[in-house]
Amino acid sequence: MVNENLVKDVVKEPYKYGFVTDIETEKIAKGLNENIIRLISQKKEEPKYLLDFRLKAFKKWQKMKEPDWAGLGYEQIDYQDIIYYSAPKQKEKISSLDEVDPKLLETFDKLGIPLTEQKKLTNVAVDAVFDSVSIATTFREELAEHGVIFCSISEAVKNHSDLIEKYLGTVVPASDNYFAALNSAVFSDGSFVYIPKGVACPMDLSSYFRINSGDSGQFERTLIIAEESSSVSYLEGCTAPMFDTNTLHAAVVELIALDDASIKYSTVQNWYAGDEEGIGGIFNFVTKRGKCLGKRSKISWSQVETGSAITWKYPSCLLLGEESVGEFYSVALTNNLQQADTGTKMIHIGPKTKSTIVSKGISAGNSINSYRGLVKMGTKAKGSRNYSQCDSMLIGDQASANTFPYINSQQPNSEIEHEASTCRISEDQLFYLQSRGIEFEEAVSMMVSGFCRDVFNQLPMEFAAEADKLLALKLEGSVG
Amino acid sequence: MESKMKESNPILEVENLSASTDNLPILKGVSLTVYPGEIHAIMGRNGCGKSTLSKIIAGHPSYNITNGDIKFLGENINSLEPEERAQSGIFLGFQYPIEIPGVSNLEFLRVSTNARRKFLNKEELDTFDFEELVKEKLEIVKMDHAFLSRSVNQGFSGGEKKRNEILQMALLEPKIAILDETDSGLDIDALRIVASGIKKISNTQTGIILITHYQRLLDEIEPNFVHVMSDGQIIKTGGSDLALELERKGYEWTDNFIKET
Repeated sequence: MVNENLVKDVVKEPYKYGFVTDIETEKIAKGLNENIIRLISQKKEEPKYLLDFRLKAFKKWQKMKEPDWAGLGYEQIDYQDIIYYSAPKQKEKISSLDEVDPKLLETFDKLGIPLTEQKKLTNVAVDAVFDSVSIATTFREELAEHGVIFCSISEAVKNHSDLIEKYLGTVVPASDNYFAALNSAVFSDGSFVYIPKGVACPMDLSSYFRINSGDSGQFERTLIIAEESSSVSYLEGCTAPMFDTNTLHAAVVELIALDDASIKYSTVQNWYAGDEEGIGGIFNFVTKRGKCLGKRSKISWSQVETGSAITWKYPSCLLLGEESVGEFYSVALTNNLQQADTGTKMIHIGPKTKSTIVSKGISAGNSINSYRGLVKMGTKAKGSRNYSQCDSMLIGDQASANTFPYINSQQPNSEIEHEASTCRISEDQLFYLQSRGIEFEEAVSMMVSGFCRDVFNQLPMEFAAEADKLLALKLEGSVG
Repeated sequence: MESKMKESNPILEVENLSASTDNLPILKGVSLTVYPGEIHAIMGRNGCGKSTLSKIIAGHPSYNITNGDIKFLGENINSLEPEERAQSGIFLGFQYPIEIPGVSNLEFLRVSTNARRKFLNKEELDTFDFEELVKEKLEIVKMDHAFLSRSVNQGFSGGEKKRNEILQMALLEPKIAILDETDSGLDIDALRIVASGIKKISNTQTGIILITHYQRLLDEIEPNFVHVMSDGQIIKTGGSDLALELERKGYEWTDNFIKET
């Protein structure tokens, strides 16, 4: 209906991050078996407990079945056709950024994440992960002065083994689900954050994940521990080149907040989504979970999901500590043939726990966008409260939006509220904005950002602006 | 006075315009010319094509022009996008202003004003400068500053929506404003505010088309011409007396003209 010619005229902006870095990489053979896992562990010079953790996870994975309850449509993944370890070749031990391959620095430069001393972002410490390994982490000394540990998880295994052994797999056990088990068996790198007691982390911490090679999967693992009365804001960004094959990304993120600690975890996910015909793109099967272990602790997830051919992701909170708080703010935008099945689980275990869910799904093209969420009140969650709001916006007449809220309460003295709405950008709204001189595309993106306002308000400043632009870019040419 | 006006070029020329939606003819040969400084009123029953005419001039995509031309400042605008028409100075005041949840009124007004300013090669305004400008314009429609922080038209009363339309007109400073039933749903006080706003904004260089059912708006803003529309055509044109006569005799009286033609 809406001005088809104009839509066709709009030049579709290509995926900006689709380039491949030409760099010599060290890859191991395709396929997955016990020997491969031993090899990964050996390459990373891991202690025995970690190898055992991996092997146990692998045994469990072998007995598990790939989940199909989300009803996502994709061809069977051949797990033997994936390379489980791929790393850019560099010197054995890198002591400073000067020794990092300039090609890698250039890659991150191009992605807008400069790492070198002169150019690095001034207010954010960055851990840059390229395929299976972490390349560099900025501001380490400055953070160390505050007792904050921010490094790759491989490094943490070497230098902070006690913390890894104590916490790894305590929030997302290896047997949690199919993809978490796979990750536990083969994870290669990721970020590790430790905020000591009473410390408010002096700057935002950020990980940037880059998939470069087309035939290797990315299996990173992030672990964040916030000790008593500490706080941290952590940002995560992701991009990948355009390949016509699908690349598997199965990450695990674990957050732990002790008494009065707070963790804010924000994601802008812009993996390659595949082309208009749905060829290529990342399969994003991610398990993210936070444990509010301490009293009055707080974990807040905010995410802007715009990329990936398939997104299967439910950042969740286990609310154990009395009066602990869980939050989930999400914008998921799908276009063309993308499929997103995302939401959260708020598991209220302790008394007087509180959770808020605000989910905004935007579906354009022929995409499918589903919210799937669970709110559970356990028997001891007396006086606990949840508020959920799930809104969907449809663009065009071929897209679909679904909402699957699961509610399970075993505690009569608790409150659960759920609101849902669906809207469509109407021709009248567009005409109204256009008749005030506002360009068609800008009118659409104004309305989309208006729709997402509640969530964008939760994002850190730099992210909010980026998210706004990203959505506008993704929607170009999608209204018809 | 009339002849003096016509020394200048017309702002808007609608020439023998026919248009349809879903293959249903709505306009059947409408002609109308507006010169600078003129106020035209278009009256007629519901469904006679008044609103359609206004939407087509503004470029609504649901209607197809099947015959005739619309010229703005001498240029044919039949194929221009709605935003291009708006930027160049055509303003449509909506009968039912549209609600846009989540989009702040202030931001909407600023983006819109800047689109027009850009066309006029005027400097675009940042948030602070725009605040200054909008404060001044709020006076014209006696609107409270609090309206700016709300979502566009959302939860506005009928009168507030109409005043918001006139506020937009004040900011955009159009060459021609087509006000579609701006008086409907207004109480007497609000009508006076809206009418005085329109008068303040218009000048000898602008043209105004008032689409209305009632005399009461025309009591406040006296038109130079009154056109009566019926079944997609202008069936009679006269001075402001025509509106008064229509008020007295009702639309049934105009049915006779159709028989005559």
